[in-house]
Amino acid sequence: MENQKKQSPVIKGLLIGISVLFLFIMLILPLYVVITESLRKGLSFYLEAITDEYTVKALQLTLEATVIALICNTIFGLFAAWAITRFRFRGKKILTTLIDIPVTVSPIIAGLIYILVFGKQSFLYPYLQSLGIKIVFAVPGIVLATIFVTFPFVSRELIPVLEARGTDEEEAAALMGAKGLTIFRKITFPHIKWAFLYGVVLCTARAMGEFGAVSVLSGHLRGKTNTLPLHIEILFNEFQYVPAFAVSSLLVIMAVILLIIRSIIEYRGKKER
Amino acid sequence: MRKTGKRVIPGFGLSMGITLAILSCVVLIPLASLVIFTSRLGFGEFIQTITRARVLSSFYVSFITALAASLINAVMGLILAWVLVRYEFPGKRIMDGMIELPFALPTAVAGISLTSLTADNGLVGSFFARFGIKIAYTRIGITIALVFIGIPFVVRAVQPVLEKLDGTYEEAARVLGAKPGMIFRKVIFPELMPALLTGTGLAFGRCIGEYGSVVFIAGNKPYYTEIAPLMIMSELQEYDYASATAIALVMIIASFLILFGINVLQARNNRKIMGGEA
Repeated sequence: MENQKKQSPVIKGLLIGISVLFLFIMLILPLYVVITESLRKGLSFYLEAITDEYTVKALQLTLEATVIALICNTIFGLFAAWAITRFRFRGKKILTTLIDIPVTVSPIIAGLIYILVFGKQSFLYPYLQSLGIKIVFAVPGIVLATIFVTFPFVSRELIPVLEARGTDEEEAAALMGAKGLTIFRKITFPHIKWAFLYGVVLCTARAMGEFGAVSVLSGHLRGKTNTLPLHIEILFNEFQYVPAFAVSSLLVIMAVILLIIRSIIEYRGKKER
Repeated sequence: MRKTGKRVIPGFGLSMGITLAILSCVVLIPLASLVIFTSRLGFGEFIQTITRARVLSSFYVSFITALAASLINAVMGLILAWVLVRYEFPGKRIMDGMIELPFALPTAVAGISLTSLTADNGLVGSFFARFGIKIAYTRIGITIALVFIGIPFVVRAVQPVLEKLDGTYEEAARVLGAKPGMIFRKVIFPELMPALLTGTGLAFGRCIGEYGSVVFIAGNKPYYTEIAPLMIMSELQEYDYASATAIALVMIIASFLILFGINVLQARNNRKIMGGEA
C-alpha cells in the first residue's frame, strides 16, 4: 500500500507496541493463568479434577443445552432470515428489533423473565405442577435460558448477506418453476454457507459459556442442574482454586478450538467471495 | 399480510409462521410477562424500590464502571483497529483472531482468571500492590473485567469502516500539505466517528448488564462494588420478585435507550458507507 510508506515508523512502532501490550495483558495473561493454575498441583491432580463425577455431569449438561440451543436457533435463524430478506412486508423493522432484544438485555434479566413466566407466582404454575413439568430450577429452564441468550446469533449473520445479494436469482428460479426447498438448497444456501457456519460457531461459543441467565434459572444442584460455568463458580467460591481452573481449562480449550474454526471460516468465506 | 401477486418466491407463510411462533415462545411471551408483572406493581412501590440507597448505589457503580470501561475501549479499540487495518507486521492474523477471544471465552472463566491475575498475590496485582493500588475487589477490578468484555465490540465496529475508507481524501490532504496528525483529525477521524460511537455504545450496553465476569472480581461489597445485575440476583435469591422486577425494568429502559441511540447512529453510519461506495 502506498499509504504505508509515508507513515512515520515511530508512530507505527508505538501503536503496534501499545496494541501488543494491551492484548498481552488483557487476553494472553488470563489464559496463561488458567493453564498454570490448573496444573499447579500436577498433571494427575488435573486429570482427577476434570474427570470428577460432578465435572463430567456438568459437561454433559452444558453440551446438551448447547446442542438444543443450536438446533432451535439454527431453525429460527434460517426461517427468519428467509422471511425477512426474501419478502417485503409491514413491520419488518419491528420484527428485526424484537429478534435483537435478547442480546441487549442483561443475562440476569433473561433469567428473571423465565422465572416470572414459569415460577411459583405465575398463573401457569399450577398447570405445570399438575402436569408434572418442572422448568425453573431444572434442566428445561437452563435450556430455555441458553436459547434466549443466543437467540439472534444465526439470523444476524445471515440477514446482511442475503440482503446484499438481493432476490433476483431466487425470483428467476421460482419463475422457472423451482420449489422452495430446491431454491434454498441450490441457490440461496451456497451463498450463505460461510455466514451460516460463522453464526453457528458464535452461537455455540456463547451457549456453552452462558453464566448469568443460567445461574438465575438453575437451582445449583450438583450433578443435576449444574453447567460447567456454574460448576466453576461453586468450586471457586469454595476456595477450590485448582479444580476451578482445571474445569475452566476445558472451556478455554473449547473456546480456542471455536476461535480457530471461526478464523478458518472467515478466511475461506473471504476467498470465495 | 396477505399474499400478493408480487411474491414469486415461495415460502412466505411457512417461514413467517415458524419465525413468529419461535419468537413468541422465546422472547415475546416472557417479555410480556415482565410487563404484566410490573403493571401489578404499584407506582409508589416501584419508586420506593428503585430509590433505596443500596439500589441507587448499585446503579451508580454499574454506570460509572461501564462508562470508564467504554472510554478505555473506545481509545484502545480505535488503536487496535488502526493497527490491524493499516499496518503489516508478523503475527497480525493471530492478533486479529485473538480480538474475538472475549466473545468466545465464557465469562465465568474470564472472571476467575482476571481475579486471580489482579489479586494482591497475582501476577499483575502484586506489581500494582507495591504502589498501594488494589485492583481485584475494587471498582478498578470491575472496570478491567468490563474492558475485557467490551473490546471486541469497538474493534469489530471500526475495522470495516477503516478498511473501506477511500484513500483519495487523505491523498488530497497530503498533497495540499497537511501534516499526518492533522489528516487524522480532520479527514480520517470524522469518517470513523459514527462507527466508533456505535461500537462503544454496544460495548457500553453489554457492560451495563454484564454479570458473569464481574461477580468474581468485584467482591460484591454493598455500596462499593455491588452492581445492578447482582442486586436483581440477590432479590431473586430472597424470592422478592417485585423488587427484582422493578430493578430489571430500570435496566431494560436504560438498555433500550442505548439501543435506540445506536440505531440512530447506525442509520447515519450506513448512509456514510453507501455514500463512500457510490
